[in-house]
Amino acid sequence: MQDPLKTLCEDPLERRWVWMSLFLAVLVGFVLGLYALSSNIHPPSNVETIDSTRLHLTEEFAEDNLGVKQNEDGSLTVTMVAARYGFFPPEIEVPTDTPVKFRMASADVLHGVHAPYTNAATMIVPGYVSEFTTSFPTAGKYSFLCNEYCGLGHDSMWSRLTVVDKSAGGAK
Amino acid sequence: MNDYKAPGLALANMWVGFIAFAAAVLLGVYQVVERIDLVPALKSPELYFGSVSTHGVLMGFVLTTFLIMGYGYYTATTSLKQPLWNKPLAWFGFYLAVIGVLMAAAPLLTGNAFVLFTFYPPLVAHPTFYIGAVLLVVGSWVWCLEMIMSTMKWKKANPGETIPLAMYGTTANAIMWLFTSLGVAAEVLFQLLPWSLGLIDTVDVGLARTLFSWTLHAIVYFWLFPAYIAFYTLMPKQAGGKLLSDQMGRLAFIMLLVISVPIGFHHLYMGPFQAAGWKFLHMTGTMLVAVPTLITGFTIIASMEIAGRLRGGKGLFGWIGKLPWNNPMVLATGLAMLMLTFGGFGGVINASYSMNVMIHNTQWVTGHFHLIFGGTTVIMYFAIAYYLWPKMTGKELHSNGMALKQLWLWFIGMLVLTLPWHQLGLDGQPRRISSTPYDAELVEKWIIPEMAMIVGGVILLISALMLVYNLYRTHGNQVAVAVPEVEYAEPVHSIARMPHLMNSFGFWVGLIIVYLVASYGYPIAQFFLMETFGAVPWSI
Ligand code: HEM
Ligand SMILES: [Cu+2]
Ligand SMILES: [Cu+2]
Repeated sequence: MQDPLKTLCEDPLERRWVWMSLFLAVLVGFVLGLYALSSNIHPPSNVETIDSTRLHLTEEFAEDNLGVKQNEDGSLTVTMVAARYGFFPPEIEVPTDTPVKFRMASADVLHGVHAPYTNAATMIVPGYVSEFTTSFPTAGKYSFLCNEYCGLGHDSMWSRLTVVDKSAGGAK
Repeated sequence: MNDYKAPGLALANMWVGFIAFAAAVLLGVYQVVERIDLVPALKSPELYFGSVSTHGVLMGFVLTTFLIMGYGYYTATTSLKQPLWNKPLAWFGFYLAVIGVLMAAAPLLTGNAFVLFTFYPPLVAHPTFYIGAVLLVVGSWVWCLEMIMSTMKWKKANPGETIPLAMYGTTANAIMWLFTSLGVAAEVLFQLLPWSLGLIDTVDVGLARTLFSWTLHAIVYFWLFPAYIAFYTLMPKQAGGKLLSDQMGRLAFIMLLVISVPIGFHHLYMGPFQAAGWKFLHMTGTMLVAVPTLITGFTIIASMEIAGRLRGGKGLFGWIGKLPWNNPMVLATGLAMLMLTFGGFGGVINASYSMNVMIHNTQWVTGHFHLIFGGTTVIMYFAIAYYLWPKMTGKELHSNGMALKQLWLWFIGMLVLTLPWHQLGLDGQPRRISSTPYDAELVEKWIIPEMAMIVGGVILLISALMLVYNLYRTHGNQVAVAVPEVEYAEPVHSIARMPHLMNSFGFWVGLIIVYLVASYGYPIAQFFLMETFGAVPWSI
């Protein structure tokens, strides 16, 4: 078969390098994609809208309903609101090795959240509900830090996440 | 007659860029010092975020745009050997862009636009900030028009001839920027500006971010393009050799043009307003953009090898030592390649659908782009300036030795600044913070990298001052330039007849449009198909 690159490039050595570059890029993409799919890691992508000015009137994000809830299958759902300059509720406790679904909404501007050393992270965008599911293999004290600039108090926007050993019976 | 080359226009543009650069480096040093909680007297979120907003705008929009315009104008005249298509219009574009910068500067300096260079709605800035941004972009569109029309005029006058590689690349960049800038232009014109003026009450933040992402990736290739053009068309000659292949250069430029615009979507990985399938598709597109860079790496290193062997280098690596490392263009290319290699590894992590979540918006990201953008790209801007200043002013460079030291300092400073910066990100420090009032266990880990960053920042500041001083003194040099013409590198074998596809743009423009519609059509349309809730403006 004739090399389809032949019309663009005469030197065979150069063409070989172009093919190798293509192969390398495709290989890296393939490995990363396979890894993500096989371990079921997806970025937060639920595309769900909400009126951020009326969060307190919704059932899910009303103040009394925020926090950790146990689901029937043993997994947990954590509902949180991000508002300048804090995450509510400010303290969350979850057990190790348990799937936790986080659902978060912003009451004002754009925020983000990341718990360092874990893959718990999402952008929190006014008008949208963010959702991601993860689990924490290691017990310990973690922090939720706001990682999207949200105003002059952005630095002080953080809250506590505690992961307790499942066997120690920490979950409520 | 040197008149047709328009050196005054190129110099004016580039000086605006470098003045902005010098001011921004000073702000950068202030930022690394402020952020560490050691000097309480310096603490001020207002100053910090004002500074970061200004630093980002000056480096990301002003230095780059003006340098690209200046270099482009000089490339157009010297490679095509003809006057610009419309010189008065080019000056008009320059003044428009300068007025835009001044208009944006007023609210930035008075505390009315601390929205960072990525705009961050629903935080709102004073309308003049957005108007200034629009004028700067419109000024850059004038440049795009000049580049495209100059090339067309040349083609008409030279039917069947091959467009010189330098101009082929510059025109590709102009076309790319026209497509790229549409996203941010739409965001500002239809959303942010009317909203800041009170003409509309709310903006959809999901849509705004999607439009901004359209611009956000290819803009970095807009910045990087001049570096690649210098690699291919200036460096081989300066190294004493030839360009391995003219066609590989064209192929790389075409790939950058076509592949880079539709992949800005990877900046939305963490956004809840786009679906996972689209993100996954865009990851594959993103990986492909490594291809033109790999091609460039091969062609440029091979061209250096040719030069080294022509100069008597033997053995597997003997040619490296024979290269004229005392030539700023050659030295900068070598250092830029090293930084590009380090930075490329980091980039693969960022581009990854699954791994990005660990480092998204941590200091890893700022460390990464300082290395590639502040490092690779900007060091080539320096090399271009060192090479062109003597041609444009008619005077020899004030000091070649100082230029070499400056480049080395920039390289070392960048490594000292950015390696610990990546570490900070892995240790979880979010970007865009002016203080660290967090858990003590976490903060303790950040102190040493932050101190190292101050050292890096100071080295970079010294280097930046050396650059500006050297260029400034060149204007007053008594020694006339020895080689007044820009010497473009010859390819090893010249092609008698360039394939039509590699000597034109029509087909590629069609391809970009198809690719753009396929990759961004639905993700933008969805905001009009579902019920969304806009956000009202918030002040900082
Ligand atoms: C002395 C050299 C420099 C120092 C010390 C420095 C330092 C910084 C710091 C501390 C930040 C804020 C990071 C954060 O908290 O998010 C920053 C942001 C930035 N820097 Fe630099 N920088 C330097 C040079 C450069 C150069 C040469 C460029 C590019 C040409 C550049 C482009 C940017 C951009 C685009 C931002 C983003 C602003 C934003 O997040 O909105 N910087 N820099
Ligand atoms: Cu926040
Ligand atoms: Cu990008």
